Amino acid sequence: MTDRPNATGSPTELAAALRTTGYLADDGIATAAFLAVQMNRPLFCEGEPGTGKTALAHALAQVFGAELIRLQCHEGIDAAQALYDWDFPRQLLHLRALEAAASATGETLDADAVEASLYDPRFLLARPILRALQTTPSVLLIDEIDRADDEFEAFLLEVLTEHAVTIPEIGEVRAKVPPVVVLTSNRTREVHDALKRRCLYIWLDHPDLQREIEILHSRLPGLPERLAAQVAGAVQQLRRADLLKPPGVAETIDWARALQLVGARHLDVDSAAATLGAVLKYREDADRVRKQLDTLLAS
Amino acid sequence: MTASTPAPTDDPVPGLVGFTVVLRNAGLAITTDRVAAFLAALDALDVTSRTQTYWAGRLTLCSDPDDLPRYDRAFEDWFTPPPGGRTDITDHRKPPPPTLAALTPDNTDGESDDDGQEPQIRARASGAEVLRNRDLAELTPAEREHLRTLLALLQPELPRRRSRRMRPSRHGGTDARATLRATLHNQGELRELRRRDHSRRPRKIVLLVDVSGSMEPYADALLRFAHVVVRRSPGAVEVFTLGTRLTRVTRELQMRDAERALAATGKAIPDWSGGTRLGEVLQAFVDRWGQRGAARRAVVVVFSDGWERGGTELLSQQMARLRRLAHRLVWVNPHAGKEGYAPVQGGIVAALPYLDDLLAGHSLATLQQLLEVVRNA
Repeated sequence: MTDRPNATGSPTELAAALRTTGYLADDGIATAAFLAVQMNRPLFCEGEPGTGKTALAHALAQVFGAELIRLQCHEGIDAAQALYDWDFPRQLLHLRALEAAASATGETLDADAVEASLYDPRFLLARPILRALQTTPSVLLIDEIDRADDEFEAFLLEVLTEHAVTIPEIGEVRAKVPPVVVLTSNRTREVHDALKRRCLYIWLDHPDLQREIEILHSRLPGLPERLAAQVAGAVQQLRRADLLKPPGVAETIDWARALQLVGARHLDVDSAAATLGAVLKYREDADRVRKQLDTLLAS
Repeated sequence: MTASTPAPTDDPVPGLVGFTVVLRNAGLAITTDRVAAFLAALDALDVTSRTQTYWAGRLTLCSDPDDLPRYDRAFEDWFTPPPGGRTDITDHRKPPPPTLAALTPDNTDGESDDDGQEPQIRARASGAEVLRNRDLAELTPAEREHLRTLLALLQPELPRRRSRRMRPSRHGGTDARATLRATLHNQGELRELRRRDHSRRPRKIVLLVDVSGSMEPYADALLRFAHVVVRRSPGAVEVFTLGTRLTRVTRELQMRDAERALAATGKAIPDWSGGTRLGEVLQAFVDRWGQRGAARRAVVVVFSDGWERGGTELLSQQMARLRRLAHRLVWVNPHAGKEGYAPVQGGIVAALPYLDDLLAGHSLATLQQLLEVVRNA
């Protein structure tokens, strides 16, 4: 795509552009995002919760100066909530108004004309996917696709490959410039292969220590060097500690921010114990870690 | 990627496609459109760069975290060694386990040679009703064969639950949207209320089958049983085997043909009839699958004799977690149906407080009882 905003000559350039928005992409993520744009293919992100799947879509939207349109999936989501719907109350009012006008002047209504005026685009409620096709440029984030039921995936196939939606009463709505599409999944169920086949697949892992420190600095400017290194180091250890819910990057950032807010200059047993709730979300985990805080912080 | 670029070697395409063939043989689901996407990705990137080639393939040809190690190995093999395209990728998975029919103590040989035919004749004489109540571990090969057909004939009715999705219905709340639409058809005249109600969906079922040494006589029959359940409702049933590690066999069991499904399952299980580490393996299940959604509001059935070598504290913790996630937690112990059985094995004692049901599962009849419990869950 040549009419796409700049900054995408190569994966490295895209990584640099993402960096300016505060998203630190490694080789794999940068290449994936680069290809998603170049090949007009949806990007299917899977990985542990809190590894930056959703954040990637936000960062991409910022890089391209595009509007981020988000569709949060849930059980029972259907076409009327994801694609489009007709505004029935307004159509009804419109019909009544036509009738009233006709009876006042004594004309008879032409059925075809009435119908045509009823199914007019102005009565169409664009839901996220249709809105993404109509907005240029845009980034469409289909979040947690694994929460939707599998029938819903079939709705997406046409949109993701053709970048078009067919509305029976109006016809096909096609995107002038295809949106960048990012799908995320926490892998609570296996998404159908038909959908995965149409996407680029990337598995996101937790970042390593160095990158996590960088992420902290870019997200929380003014965070003391030492505190960032300590927090990132402690989180890396927590991830290895076999917890019920290993902390993600979002938890690391929360924790650092919490420590910053309580005025801690560095991470010690007291400040860690006081802010543990920002990083561990299960009682069992918190109990276990609290007992071993000194060894955790010593190393 | 053709005439315009003076390629350093010849045309790279055959080599790249060859790589995808290797991947396919290594077990990845490589389709033609994926190969096309791979080539298109390389077109947008730099073919001569090793990392870019690596990522182009990984992004377009993999579709599952389990694919990644296999992809890495194949990539290493294909692109590193001397050119020529030879690879020594082999299927490193263990050969399929011997079928259980052959492993069961062979009574015919054990007794004497002259009455070797007798058990078979007895098996033919015994009716299906007797077979239904026989212990699965004590079947003769012929009975086992008969049992397979009986298992295949099971038509289990699976539980359903209320879905969030609404369907037009005669009962339930008013459907404003449909009512208005009907009104439009009638020139704006409201004639009838349209109603809608929650639809029903199959409830998720998770079967966890212990395939350790002590469960070996039952494992084959239990996996066949799992196959029947999976085939009945392919989207809603997940099957894992427990041993020294956790193995997901849902995909293998979704094959239509029972024999092929069982053979594939056997291949997929690396720790067939080894030891058990129930606590750890259950933890792996709850961490990786259960908590993320596979066990939420599901009927979870554990098939195990509860032999736990280590301490049982971890096991009871994991059962407690599972209890909080699952809709109903059922433990099936083949030994529970035997006379004089008392739940005293360490594993069972640890799990008992968290169970909704403890059932026997040593015969076809008891497996049918299990189906009833699952259906009414």
